[in-house]
Amino acid sequence: MKTIFIKIILLNLLLITSVFSGKFENDIKPLLKNSFKTKEVVINQVSQKYSENDKLQTLLQALMKGDLFYTKQDKTFVVLYKKEGKIYYTKSLETQKQLEPMNKKMFKKVKTNNRLRSTIREKLAELNLFSKDRDIRYNSAKNMLKHVSQNSSVLVQKALKIEKDSKVLSVLNEINTIINVKFGTDKQEAIVKLGDYLSPQSLQALKEIYASSEDKELKELARLSIASINRSKDFYAFVEKAFFGLSLGSILLLAAIGLAITFGVMKVINMAHGEMMMLGAYTVYALQKSMPNLIEYSVIIAIPVAFLVSGIIGIIIERLVIRHLYGRPLETLLATFGISLILQQMVRSIFSPLNQEVKTPQWMSGALEINSALSLTYNRLYIIIFALLVFAGILLVLNKTSLGLKVRAVTQNRKMAQAMGIKTGLIDALTFGIGSGIAGIAGVALSQLTNVGPNLGQAYIVDSFMVVVFGGVGNLWGTLIGAITLGEINKFIEPVAGAVLAKVIILVFIILFIQKRPRGLFAQKGRDAED
Amino acid sequence: MKKMLAKTLTIAAIVTMGITAQAADTIKVGVLHSLSGTMAISETTLKDTVLMLIEEQNKKGGVLGKKLEPVVVDPASNWPLFAEKMRGLLTKDKVDVTFGCWTSVSRKSVLPVLEELNGILFYPVQYEGEESSKNVFYTGAAPNQQAIPAVNYLMNEIGVKRWVLAGTDYVYPRTTNKILKAYLIAKGVKESDIMINYTPFGHSDWQSIVSNIKKFGSTGKKTAVVSTINGDANVPFYKELGNQGISAENIPVVAFSVGEEELSGLDTKPLVGHLAAWNYFQSVEDDINSEFIASWKKFIKNDKRVTNDPMEATYIGFNMWVKAVEKAGTTDSDAVIDAMVGVSVPNLTGGLATMMPNHHLTKPVLIGEIQENGQFETVWETPDTVVGDAWSDFLPGSKDLISDWRKPLECGNYNVKTGKCSGQNY
Repeated sequence: MKTIFIKIILLNLLLITSVFSGKFENDIKPLLKNSFKTKEVVINQVSQKYSENDKLQTLLQALMKGDLFYTKQDKTFVVLYKKEGKIYYTKSLETQKQLEPMNKKMFKKVKTNNRLRSTIREKLAELNLFSKDRDIRYNSAKNMLKHVSQNSSVLVQKALKIEKDSKVLSVLNEINTIINVKFGTDKQEAIVKLGDYLSPQSLQALKEIYASSEDKELKELARLSIASINRSKDFYAFVEKAFFGLSLGSILLLAAIGLAITFGVMKVINMAHGEMMMLGAYTVYALQKSMPNLIEYSVIIAIPVAFLVSGIIGIIIERLVIRHLYGRPLETLLATFGISLILQQMVRSIFSPLNQEVKTPQWMSGALEINSALSLTYNRLYIIIFALLVFAGILLVLNKTSLGLKVRAVTQNRKMAQAMGIKTGLIDALTFGIGSGIAGIAGVALSQLTNVGPNLGQAYIVDSFMVVVFGGVGNLWGTLIGAITLGEINKFIEPVAGAVLAKVIILVFIILFIQKRPRGLFAQKGRDAED
Repeated sequence: MKKMLAKTLTIAAIVTMGITAQAADTIKVGVLHSLSGTMAISETTLKDTVLMLIEEQNKKGGVLGKKLEPVVVDPASNWPLFAEKMRGLLTKDKVDVTFGCWTSVSRKSVLPVLEELNGILFYPVQYEGEESSKNVFYTGAAPNQQAIPAVNYLMNEIGVKRWVLAGTDYVYPRTTNKILKAYLIAKGVKESDIMINYTPFGHSDWQSIVSNIKKFGSTGKKTAVVSTINGDANVPFYKELGNQGISAENIPVVAFSVGEEELSGLDTKPLVGHLAAWNYFQSVEDDINSEFIASWKKFIKNDKRVTNDPMEATYIGFNMWVKAVEKAGTTDSDAVIDAMVGVSVPNLTGGLATMMPNHHLTKPVLIGEIQENGQFETVWETPDTVVGDAWSDFLPGSKDLISDWRKPLECGNYNVKTGKCSGQNY
């Protein structure tokens, strides 16, 4: 009796699979239609029906990437795997065999939109929860978390049993807890547990319980859990804001540090400072253009190159123009302003007035995810570290090297230094070169954050002067503290007052501050400061 | 010898006469687009478009048997200079029609001059509405031809419940967002589900705003961003969205100021999948469109150049003017303005554009997703063309106003409640 039963089951299975293998192509036929709603229904249906079928994954993945086409002639589905100009290389979805390469005019794309892709991703997540690749499993779990339903319960339980990786486990546990809160029997324990998770979905689930539950005890527990989530969220929001401020501060620091040397130490009001940054940014662009295979390293290679390019141009400017104008600040200001216009126009004529495309290397995009409430973007993180390194480097050069010693000597007392045998002209040129070179490095960092165009420098010149004046002219530490303070103030005001007002408030604040302390945060003392 | 001299002189005299006679036989077309300054990037393209259209029209024999002669001036992105140059075009050069302006403030600047001297201006850019002048033909989109259908798409097709209205801080985003907010509230969206944010021109530090958007969108309701962010501020904005892990699937952004021209020469990776609403995309497959693209590339001698929505608006406006002049049989302003209403010409997406009595057009509305190659893929379009509405139905001040430049009303802002025409056109 038993054997017969098993036989029947087996036979049924066989029948079903054979019928299915022919039917899959029929069931997905409606994908030829234009309506996204129809497509969504079809995808939901076939994902349920053919979850064991390999073709489903091929289909979903092709749809996801936009590689699913159909032939105009006989309306069969094909998957694109290679493009060569106008020639498309495709595989048949049904037989998985390669087809004759044909002109792209012979095919029509199965279009998807955002909503459809999100559905597909959800379905793929269920298929990929048991993938061998840890990252795929993690992303799948994260995607499942976005749409928790009772159906996923079985899958999650199965995955929980075999999963070893702690990060994936934590997401799976969160999903499981949410399922328990929503549909489980022991809600109390689940609600308490959910208070430790931070994702918006957890908060959502708790809020639903709090709003709809009849049970007073459950309500109270949910309230406590919500409060606990909100407490940690507030904390992380604070940390995030501080990070944003630090990031803005580090950019200001990078922009201002070169100016702190030319303006702070040499007392030259260099209006072309912004253009030195622009040249640095264009160096990245030029490098990426000339070495298209090395995009990943282009930013690192660009650091020394940009330093040299901007530094040498800085030295040329100093030798040709500025050295004739020492001690005449107004003339220097006008002359350097003219130079800045010349440099801008030069870039316009050479590269075009349009913004240029600078690619972001893979390792600089994305974010470091600390938890669901806090993630720090990599590009900002690297730039903060980079800015501090540059600062430390400059401090070392100025305080620990013989060049630094000479620079300080010349700026403190030019005549005395000359009498001691220091070539003041050379030192002036080198100092200006270093200041400009650092601006070039700042430009490399900026190319990853903002548009690279002829006006890049102008956007930062005012901010840089603000930082230097606020921090105290002639003091590098003042520049550091000034930059980070201004960055933090800006980012803490911005959410309350808006981006436009935040800038105004900062400006007013600095004006008032300068009234109180005309020499900035760290005023220079001594005879040198008096003239 | 003397005879020779006399002969040459007569020939010279005849030639000069011929030239002057011929000069009087041309129709002058003014081109008022900035060729320098901040707007040059966008506006130079439109100048070239007009020149191309004039060249093609002249090859066909001109208009009314006369050749067209372009008069190009450069208002240099300087708003008061627009008015000055407009006055010069109308009084000194005596142009019969002008194609020009991009920003709303430049249009507002030339408006009094146009009305005083009874000129004709074709304005080819999408704008915030709330204006209808006898002397201006608005061939770009009014808010109900771009913003409102885009919001409808998000609401009905994507199921968006929470809205972020982000824009650059100037008149077009502010008015558009005012209209959108009123519209959303009329559709039953709660005020707490709308977040409005303005940023200065060229804003580059989007960290906290994007983080706020992320928080705003994490309440479980589907969220979308409606962006009127202008120009180069868009690149760092989309980059930051990508870096903070917001994809087009979680929180789609629909932009009204990002077109093919803006996307060319950009790292489009972080933008892929986000949306834009326009009345034309280069990628639309239509014979007239491919012809237009081909002739544009040939005219500009660059195979990489793209076409965009304001170019199509210029194309439509130019063809309409030609048709109206032929209908009126003269280039006289009043006659042409009268003849304009009701003129229909094919647009580049396979439909017809008709000039309505309020001096706005009928246009199809397309929603496109940004592709990696900087082009758009149309994911949705209105089944029919939409009639441009000069005065928004969703703002308290302009709800009751209509515009109809046909006789006998001849009024740009007729109040249907009070039955009065205030006479002021802007």
